[in-house]
Amino acid sequence: MSPSNIIEVRNLSAGFDGREVLSDVSVDAPEGEITVILGGSGAGKSVLLKHILGLYQPREGSIHILDQDMAKLEEKDQKELYLQMGVFYQNGGLLNSLTVGENVALPLEQHTDLNEELIARIVQTKLQLVNLPGAYHLYPSQLSGGMLKRAALARAIIMDPPILFCDEPGAGLDPISLASLDKLILNLRDQMGMSVVIITHEVSSILRIADRIVFIDRGKIIFQGTLNEALKNNIEQVYQFFEMGRLFPIDDIK
Amino acid sequence: MELSENTLFIEDSLSLSNAKSFIEDALILLEGYDQERLEINLDRLGYLDSIGVTALNFLQEKMSDKGLQVNFSGGKEDVRKKMEIFSLHDYSVPPKARKHSFFEKVGDGFDTLVRDYIASFIVLTANVIFWSVSDIFKSKRQRRGEFYNQAVLIGVNAVWIVGALAFIIGLVMALQSSAQLRDFGANIYIVDLTVIAMMSEMGPLITAIVVAGRSGSSIAAEIATMKVTSELDALKTMALQPVRFVVVPKMHGSFITMPFLTIIADIMGILGGMFIAYVSLDISPQVFINRMGDTLYNRDIFIGIIKSLVFAVLIVLTGSFYGLRVKEGAEGVGKVTTTAVVVSIALVMVADSIMGLLFY
Repeated sequence: MSPSNIIEVRNLSAGFDGREVLSDVSVDAPEGEITVILGGSGAGKSVLLKHILGLYQPREGSIHILDQDMAKLEEKDQKELYLQMGVFYQNGGLLNSLTVGENVALPLEQHTDLNEELIARIVQTKLQLVNLPGAYHLYPSQLSGGMLKRAALARAIIMDPPILFCDEPGAGLDPISLASLDKLILNLRDQMGMSVVIITHEVSSILRIADRIVFIDRGKIIFQGTLNEALKNNIEQVYQFFEMGRLFPIDDIK
Repeated sequence: MELSENTLFIEDSLSLSNAKSFIEDALILLEGYDQERLEINLDRLGYLDSIGVTALNFLQEKMSDKGLQVNFSGGKEDVRKKMEIFSLHDYSVPPKARKHSFFEKVGDGFDTLVRDYIASFIVLTANVIFWSVSDIFKSKRQRRGEFYNQAVLIGVNAVWIVGALAFIIGLVMALQSSAQLRDFGANIYIVDLTVIAMMSEMGPLITAIVVAGRSGSSIAAEIATMKVTSELDALKTMALQPVRFVVVPKMHGSFITMPFLTIIADIMGILGGMFIAYVSLDISPQVFINRMGDTLYNRDIFIGIIKSLVFAVLIVLTGSFYGLRVKEGAEGVGKVTTTAVVVSIALVMVADSIMGLLFY
């Protein structure tokens, strides 16, 4: 594993019920950078993320995170590795029986011996960072879709993990909330040195935050490189993806 | 960390791993501090994360509460930037909602009972009965195959469990009675006991309890999930009546299959009694059947069927009512499902008692 890569996926193949979803996928996510995974709907982005997170076992290939092979880790080591990650799920994944404050505090309560007063303050700090200062005592069912996402992000970053995974964090957010979310992610990278892996379709957001682009099309990586390289390349799908964000003429779409 | 005159020097690193010990050590170090000002110097601080920033703010607040004027000074550029970004200057956890008094709670509870439960249940019942009757004459309005699906799910798939349970109940009931009857030389009355109990009471009740457990829960869970995932909203905005689209086929399915299930339960229960009569009291099946002809009246069969129809309506209405009332996500679905089963079994028992008194 290259010392600068925090995640290395090598020759990963995956499928369900005889249908191949990922084919010979190799991905690098450098340390301290924001890696954006792109691709059309059903391209295999979320399946790739779930393999990286160890939620699915790879059929072929290997996945290394912080120099450890996810598939070969024992439960105890896997737990240690999970403590190094913050994961933001597309639909929030908040526990409905707990308030937002309790949800966000959960990892700190379970994995540290910090006192309640300090935990409440840390939670409130994170809720302020995601612009949800008044949601502490609300239940997830009382939040809008965008608020749910922000609360879930607060929970993902509560332990200041070195790696943050986000599955479509910007979907459903208004442009102002999206911009402030981007600013937060940039701050986490710049100030905390956090490595971030994001699945997103928001072109404006990608242009603001991405260091590195991984483009998946029908289960295969068709482009991998820096944002500048992505913008200058002439692979049709990648080109179209970015141009669509600049109001690509509808007649030119193939 | 080191305290020198009125300056507290923070050293090395401050993060999640040492935030707790940092605060404890700092509070001990500053316990006897008697000056008016305190400067927290960050020049020697190498690494700081956002939890470390919160710990510093926490310490600042604790010392300010003692009447000290606390300021931060120094620090490398990245430390100062983190202090700026991750500091919570206006700390206040929003207060919890005001607790209501006893009388407010009683009033609110009564209002909820009348408006949310009784009135809503009556409205739902009226809707379901209206659409269930009117849709019989408008077959085009019904989704093709849906009545058949529901009849299979609610009725046909329950045949084995209802039959097996009824057989066991009939068997146990006869077994428990046989010893007493034998003592009095009244062996033949095992037939009367089994037949009347199964036909007018146990058959419909066993069937209703099994269907409430199997189908009442699945109706509540299905409708609740549809509500949580906005499927019911989608139906409404497609100009489709959710109650008519979702509940009515279930009502038709259960209304038609429950009497048949009840008859199967009756037969299986009587077979159980017949088995014990033969084994334990030497009453042959032929004698049992002959005696049954004298004991069994059309009225008992009719009462059993009427009960089963009432139970079918109660189970579907209760399951649908609680399914439609779901408020939260996954947890809410679980709650309403449990409540639907408990309430529908309770309502079946109450209705059974009332009908028992009426038909006595």
